[in-house]
Amino acid sequence: MSQSANHRKSIAIEKIRADFPILSKKVNGKPLVYFDNASTAQKPKLVIDAITNYYENQNANIHRGVHTLSQEITIAYENARVTVQKHLNAAHPHEIIFTKGTTESINLIASSFGKKFISKGDEIIVSEMEHHSNILPWQQVCEERGALLKVIPINDAGELIISDYKRLLNSKTKIVAITHLSNTLGTINPIEEIIALAHAQNIPVLVDGAQAVPHIRVDVQKLFADFYVFSGHKLFGPTGVGILYGKEKWLNELPPYQVGGGTIKTVTFEKTDFADLPLKFEAGTPHIEGGIGLAVAIDYINTIGLDAIAEYEHELLVYATEKLETIEGVKIIGTSKNKASVISFIVDGLHPFDIGTILDQLGIAVRTGHHCTQPLMQRFGIPGTIRASFAFYNTKEEIDIFLSGLEKAIKMLK
Amino acid sequence: MSIEATENEIVDEFEMFEDWIQKYEYLIDLGKSLPLIDEKYKTEDNLIKGCQSQVWMHSELKDGKIVYTADSDAIITKGMVALMVRVLSNHSPEEIINSKLDFVEKIGLTKHLSPTRSNGLVSMIKQMKLDAVAYKIKN
Ligand SMILES: Cc1ncc(COP(=O)(O)O)c(C=O)c1O
Repeated sequence: MSQSANHRKSIAIEKIRADFPILSKKVNGKPLVYFDNASTAQKPKLVIDAITNYYENQNANIHRGVHTLSQEITIAYENARVTVQKHLNAAHPHEIIFTKGTTESINLIASSFGKKFISKGDEIIVSEMEHHSNILPWQQVCEERGALLKVIPINDAGELIISDYKRLLNSKTKIVAITHLSNTLGTINPIEEIIALAHAQNIPVLVDGAQAVPHIRVDVQKLFADFYVFSGHKLFGPTGVGILYGKEKWLNELPPYQVGGGTIKTVTFEKTDFADLPLKFEAGTPHIEGGIGLAVAIDYINTIGLDAIAEYEHELLVYATEKLETIEGVKIIGTSKNKASVISFIVDGLHPFDIGTILDQLGIAVRTGHHCTQPLMQRFGIPGTIRASFAFYNTKEEIDIFLSGLEKAIKMLK
Repeated sequence: MSIEATENEIVDEFEMFEDWIQKYEYLIDLGKSLPLIDEKYKTEDNLIKGCQSQVWMHSELKDGKIVYTADSDAIITKGMVALMVRVLSNHSPEEIINSKLDFVEKIGLTKHLSPTRSNGLVSMIKQMKLDAVAYKIKN
């Protein structure tokens, strides 16, 4: 594709909105304004249809049967794996492990990596802006194995302090686990640099990509990520399915996480030979229609184009930020220059819960609270924020509705 | 006045409101105007943690009747808290244990009491009743 043709590709908003059935819904008698995309994204009709079609026409168990349906669905499921592989530009399909979601992917690595590589006195690095799902599994490994959790601090703008990160890296560090994009602040972390610094000391890095994949093109080989994890449901796909990308070399070295049907070559009561990748990490019957639906979601996003999406969402971010800043008493939490379309804010003297409750009455869905990042809230000395997070199907008109709703809420509550 | 009579009184008051805005403005005013709890009772022991907002609740037995005081960090929750205190306070443990509290549904605010709402209200009501059970056993 030529440079200019690439650039011409822009968002056809009305057409896109028509692809998402839920967007025409009314909530509390008002047209839904859905600004809680960082919690979970809405699903295009294509994804919903793929799931229905699976149950109506394709249902069979994978990897098991000689019969036609089983063979067909096995092929469809493995094709879904290839779609994910290509989307992340992973080197091999077997580097893509299907999981339940980001949380399970992180638990898998924390557990398997911990068993094999972490012992007393070792260190694990996370950051102050992590989601609880990227803190608790590591905290538990530390407790079990007598290791220490080290935390990269952030500055007032909500950016990692890289000089502190450099100081934390040392010969005792066994792994770095860090988010690509903060679900609360919207900050996009300099993940290439973070990985390069760790690799300079032969330390592997797990990237929590839950929030990044809906907004940014991710190339795991270009990033040199050792592990990259995300959830299907935040990427316009089904809930209950997620991805663990791991470099072949690492995945081969790690012991299985859960064991059972599907993970083996041969079993006797004395000994089990485990299957090769990816099956070694996929115990039990998986979320088959989830994997297939996720691939449909990825194809859908790619027809719009992640570059066009990023450009459009940036416009929404700038528009909303500028207008929010003019409302008296509003303070934005997370002011990095490198931000995705996630805005957290507080309003002087008002509780986020109260604002969220009034906005809900107006049909506007935002998230309020600590967003599963309590240490981050402690860092800013606040109980929680109101968070508006935009997807490519949101519009400036919706932002206007949200802003006037916010002004109304403030007036009522003051 | 019985618990039920107070509930009915609240239902009547809410029937005068024309829309949700008036309803919420009333709750907000309630929340703002009521000095609900003595600062010395805002202790960790009396704290009922919700995921979104938190509630403090304290109870005392006076002449065979329970007096509740409570507070919340969120104003709409505080308004709801005030309604609960108005309904249940100054009644015997027996009456409180047997109260149905279906006025919440009648005034159209049930969603504030859904367990998923996690504003601490459901736990507060549970605690109010547990306190009543405890006082009843003690007597
Ligand atoms: C940065 C981040 N990590 C992890 C998670 C957990 O994702 P899931 O609940 O899909 O496992 C989330 C979801 O909110 C997130 O935003």
